[in-house]
Amino acid sequence: MPGPVISSPHVHGPANVSRVMLRVLYALIPAVLAYIGYFGWGVLINVLIAAIVALGSEAAILLLRGRPVGDTLLDGSALVTAVLLGIALPPLSPWWLVAIGTGFAIIFAKQLYGGLGFNPFNPAMAGYVLLLVSFPVQMTSWSAPMGLRSEDLGLLQALFHSLSGTLPHGMGLDALTSATPLDAMKVQLGMAKTVSQISAGPIFGVLGGKGWEVTNGMILLGGLWLIWRRIISWHVPVAMLGSLALIATLFHLINGQHYAGPVFHLFSGAAMLGAFFIATDPVSGATSPRGQLVFGAGVGLLVYVIRVFGGYPDGVAFGVLLMNMAAPTIDYYTQPRVYGHDRS
Amino acid sequence: MSTAPDTAATHRLWTFHGGLHLPDNKALSNGEPIAEAILPQRLVLPLQQHIGAPAKPLVEVGDKVFKGQIIAQADGFVSAPVHASSSGTVIAIDELPVPHPSGLSAPCIVIDTDGEERWCERQPIDNWSALDPSELRNLIRDAGIVGLGGAGFPSFIKLNPGARTAVDTLILNGAECEPYITCDDLLMRERPEEVVAGARIMRHALNARRVVIGIEDNKPEAYAALRGAVASLKRDDIELVQVPTLYPTGGEKQLIRILTGKEVPSQRLPVDIGVVCHNVATAASVHRAVEKGEPLIARIVTVTGRGIARPRNLEVLFGTPMQELVDQCGGTKPQLSRLVLGGPLMGITLPDVQLPIVKTTNCILALTPGEFGEHGPVRPCIRCGECARACPANLLPQQLYWHARAKDFDRAQDYNLFDCIECGCCAYVCPANLPLVQYYRFAKTEIWAQAREKRKADLARERHEFRSERQEREKAERAAKLAKKKADLAAKAPPGTATGPADDDAKKAAIQAAMERAKAKREAAGVAPKNTDELTADQQRQIAEAEARRAAKAQNDAAATPQPPVED
Repeated sequence: MPGPVISSPHVHGPANVSRVMLRVLYALIPAVLAYIGYFGWGVLINVLIAAIVALGSEAAILLLRGRPVGDTLLDGSALVTAVLLGIALPPLSPWWLVAIGTGFAIIFAKQLYGGLGFNPFNPAMAGYVLLLVSFPVQMTSWSAPMGLRSEDLGLLQALFHSLSGTLPHGMGLDALTSATPLDAMKVQLGMAKTVSQISAGPIFGVLGGKGWEVTNGMILLGGLWLIWRRIISWHVPVAMLGSLALIATLFHLINGQHYAGPVFHLFSGAAMLGAFFIATDPVSGATSPRGQLVFGAGVGLLVYVIRVFGGYPDGVAFGVLLMNMAAPTIDYYTQPRVYGHDRS
Repeated sequence: MSTAPDTAATHRLWTFHGGLHLPDNKALSNGEPIAEAILPQRLVLPLQQHIGAPAKPLVEVGDKVFKGQIIAQADGFVSAPVHASSSGTVIAIDELPVPHPSGLSAPCIVIDTDGEERWCERQPIDNWSALDPSELRNLIRDAGIVGLGGAGFPSFIKLNPGARTAVDTLILNGAECEPYITCDDLLMRERPEEVVAGARIMRHALNARRVVIGIEDNKPEAYAALRGAVASLKRDDIELVQVPTLYPTGGEKQLIRILTGKEVPSQRLPVDIGVVCHNVATAASVHRAVEKGEPLIARIVTVTGRGIARPRNLEVLFGTPMQELVDQCGGTKPQLSRLVLGGPLMGITLPDVQLPIVKTTNCILALTPGEFGEHGPVRPCIRCGECARACPANLLPQQLYWHARAKDFDRAQDYNLFDCIECGCCAYVCPANLPLVQYYRFAKTEIWAQAREKRKADLARERHEFRSERQEREKAERAAKLAKKKADLAAKAPPGTATGPADDDAKKAAIQAAMERAKAKREAAGVAPKNTDELTADQQRQIAEAEARRAAKAQNDAAATPQPPVED
């Protein structure tokens, strides 16, 4: 019977990369449904286009690199990038916007660095930032949440709009879109309005913006499930949301009429998505538990600074990418104390 | 029977980082009592069954040997003797395959057994407590006792605290944390008094303050049996402690941490913190060696796994081929897919079931496909950090992997590669299925090889530097001599004479004188031609011609300027 000499251990646990990615996708299902429910079919179309482009471009590059295609696509990481980008982009985006962002994420931010495991930056956020700086108009035109839209697009109408850029006869883009709560807050604070005046507007809800508070809540649910299934550890989300809430509280206490409170910041924009699904990307983040605390806190801080003092309404993408750059250094300085070594 | 002091309730326990809760699969093999393995017709005894130098054979082919007779002696300090495990005849001393990860052969003594099991003379010692610790250590060394937990380090060395430290705690390791293996479990259940007796002897040899026996809490029968044995002694210097089942609790460093709260400093030994750790089976063999006079010639081996028809524990004479054990356990099942020597986490794949059982063999594991867990395709590391969470040494395995893979061995050492105990936790949890431990072994081996190369190169450089220095010195000495001679000659020469020609003349005169001295010496010695009897006329003519040539050459040579000797 003797077989080849194989190095120990001879048994292996149940974990594998595909399963991790699959669990992440499961955890995103409630969020995707909430996004579709509040912001229309465009979200689903974004996700589908992103998925096709992600798998296609990954397959193409793998072919060029002479790597096994089917086996690598099965790891599920390209699909996770696609879904994250799909829900992060404006629901009424034209198809090419989604395609450029996803293609850049997979080809430039991931495969050209060597594929999964070798990318220093989070691919989805790299793609997002490319679009944000290249196509600011398209990127800031968000759907109005359900209930605030005077008209609505059906699934086929949304698909047609995405592919051709034209709306059904008699329907205007203005009827479908509105400013996001973060955008509204930023712009109107600049017009010397107070936080309470702004929050009385129609797009604001109980915790954050209408719709946004629900999508963020669904992401929070999915994220908690990931922590429970031990797919991610609590360090990054707690540190990121904690630092964001802490600094928001601090400024809110100093001047409550000029700085929105912590709950608004936690339940607006991509705060939850960033905390549970993006900053927790293990490849581009810090790995040691202490390092993850530093990393998460850094993202939270940057998100606040960019939202409140920067030029963009939200700061998750920039915050994550900036901390990605710092991750190797953070890891180097946060090594755990090894057994038998002095505490130093 | 008096009630045992239940120390488990009062003994404080500490924890180590990481570790794994694994399905222990011990029930497969611990249901049956220990059986004696059948005496094989042939025993193959490797000369190296331990860490250290191989033993030197004391017997020759054809010698009759008794059971327990020493057949190879320890060679050097870190070494252990080998004893005949049964009576018979030495039929070969040869290179044969041995159980070793390399799969290579090593020198073995082969004995054909006579089936009579005739013992050599045994000298049991009842009153061992009157012996000096060093005498005890000699007894233990001569009995060939090495660590039976798997490492095989000569035990007498670990029973010598040395002058520098006092030993506070002797820990007996009964954790047996690897899944499947139950040989220590069965030993503790069936022969607890041997373990405790051995513990007392070891304690005496070490002059340790106390003994702590650590047992994982998945072995309640063993714990109860030992409790009874300790209680019947009515001593309070032996504590029995149940520790939580968590792989790798049986690792020496981990068990020391759990039981004492202390950590063995990196690159140091447990004795440096006043702790010595021995396996329970080693303790039992110490008892047998001292109180029964029996050297280490047999051990308990677990034959288990779902690929074995009847998993169980056997007491096996060293040198018995593994095949015989497998046969005695009903043979293997058709679905068997991998044979492992040792446990599933740290064992080595068995290339050959004809290999002999040696002192460090604790388990033969026959795994079927369902027992491996999920081995998916190997994917790139996604830095998820599961390995770091599982690592009992609190290392960053993903960083070690990264640097080992890049052959950046300096960085790997910065990340404390040599604190890795190769327990396999990281590879077990790795979602990318990376063979992490193999990378660490590779890196360690490369670093050792580089260190060896460096030592060699350093030695060569030193030699070269020394030689150059010596050459320089000799050159300087010669120059000084020459200068002195010149000065002397110049002083002797009449004033006003040109130094140049006079110098040349002096040189020529010296050469002439030297040649004449040499000639005179040759003639005085009277170089007698050898084998010149019964030469033919032709041969004599050839000799004469050669002599003539030599004379001519000598004249030519003398004319040429003499050269300084060319030194190597």
